[in-house]
Amino acid sequence: MAQGPPIIEVVDLYKSFGSNQVLRGVNLAVEEGSTCVIMGTSGSGKTVLMKHLIGLLKPERGQVLVEDEDIVPMGPEQLALVRRKFGMVFQGSALFDSMTVFENVSFPLREHTKMTEAEMRDAVRHRLQIVGLNGVEDKYPADLSGGMRKRVGLARAIVLDPKIVLYDEPTTGLDPITTDYVDQMILDAKRALGVTSVVISHDVASSFKVGDTIAFLTDGKIVAQLPPKKLRQSQHPAVKLFLSSWFEKYD
Amino acid sequence: MANEVEKARPRPNAAYLAVEQLGTRVNDTVEELGGIVSLGWDVARWTVRPPVRVENIFAQLDFVGVGSIFIVMLTGVFSGMVFAHQSSRAFLLFNAESLVGPTVALTLTRELAPVFTALMVTMRAVSAMCTELGTMRVTEQVDALETMAVNPVQYLLVPRIFAGVVMVPLLSMLFNTAGMAGAYVIAVYLRGISAGTFINRTQQWLDPEDIAEGLIKAVVFGFAVTLIGCYKGYNAKGGAKGVGQATTQAMVAAALAIVMLDYIVGVALH
Repeated sequence: MAQGPPIIEVVDLYKSFGSNQVLRGVNLAVEEGSTCVIMGTSGSGKTVLMKHLIGLLKPERGQVLVEDEDIVPMGPEQLALVRRKFGMVFQGSALFDSMTVFENVSFPLREHTKMTEAEMRDAVRHRLQIVGLNGVEDKYPADLSGGMRKRVGLARAIVLDPKIVLYDEPTTGLDPITTDYVDQMILDAKRALGVTSVVISHDVASSFKVGDTIAFLTDGKIVAQLPPKKLRQSQHPAVKLFLSSWFEKYD
Repeated sequence: MANEVEKARPRPNAAYLAVEQLGTRVNDTVEELGGIVSLGWDVARWTVRPPVRVENIFAQLDFVGVGSIFIVMLTGVFSGMVFAHQSSRAFLLFNAESLVGPTVALTLTRELAPVFTALMVTMRAVSAMCTELGTMRVTEQVDALETMAVNPVQYLLVPRIFAGVVMVPLLSMLFNTAGMAGAYVIAVYLRGISAGTFINRTQQWLDPEDIAEGLIKAVVFGFAVTLIGCYKGYNAKGGAKGVGQATTQAMVAAALAIVMLDYIVGVALH
């Protein structure tokens, strides 16, 4: 399953908010070109962990290595350079609601490249095709369905050809058909662009479908990071409880 | 067991609770002031760094400035009219109606124009800024900017605060003009003061320093109200309710800041 050296490595990460200790020594390695799903119950700190990967939060202790560079002590300018390696798809899409789809997807191009308007049109059309959208460039986010917004969010995340794409709960709140579509979209993006993906999810079916490895987060720690089939045989009580309750219901 | 512990613990008296509450309020206020000053410093740093987003700056100049012209002029006209009306009645008692023009002019330029303009801009533009930024914060649009390696302070806040600093003084000058026009109509056409007296006496008493004082105040108010609105919106939490609370707090804080800064700047300039 290993596809390359770790592109992201989290070492002994601690984070608390007030008296609430959310992360208690997280260790995680994501290999280049792979899809790692961080799975856990709601409120287990998955999103907090993901925000550390891109430097949106600073830990109290520990390291976050991106291509062997620790991003924890970095200032805003250095972090901005590191963030160019990332694309992020937010749970609620986080599209700019005052902008059209074209303006949303072309936003990173406008900010970081010197492309002409025509080149931007081509680049945006190409990325929208990858995520299976056509003819929506002039629509506003409010005119799109939840699934379409997710896809526009992915198109925006991959428009600068990042090395790593982070997905925050990509299938939460979607119907089963759209969930399947979003799963396929993650797999297609990986296939078409060869990116490393980190997916935050508590959706077992999606996680097993898209993940090369699944890291299980509970009590502020990653207690298992295994390929999906091996995770199913894990003897860790929290993993067993989480998976058995799902498989009993749906298997 | 827990109940026994509860019983054994002495009940805090009312004075203790009042002091505790006061301490919490003072602590929160100091923390908030620290946050606003720190954000102001961030804005100053990011203003002088490239890239300069001319389009964003003009959009905000248009929104804060051009969009407020009508309401500011309307407020100005009526302020000038009511002030001329009241002062002419008072001056009539001493046969000193010739002082209506300079009295209105001095009051408008030094006090009313910057204060009322800043209040109008706060109500019309800063409330919208606060709500927009708050909504962007709670829907993760601000986080999205950061993940795209775009500094949100530079992209969102700098153009808004710059527009406040530039446009509030300009609008304040418009307020003066509209206010004097309104005062002229009341004084000359309704109270029978001669046009020559109104204009000559105003020119005689009004110094450039008076206009400068009003402009300095307007710059300070423009910076303060947009900074407060941006701070509250940028740090909004907790969905629609949180955004609503942030906007209410921003309006109250901005209005208080105008009144307090009016006194502080007035004293500092004399």
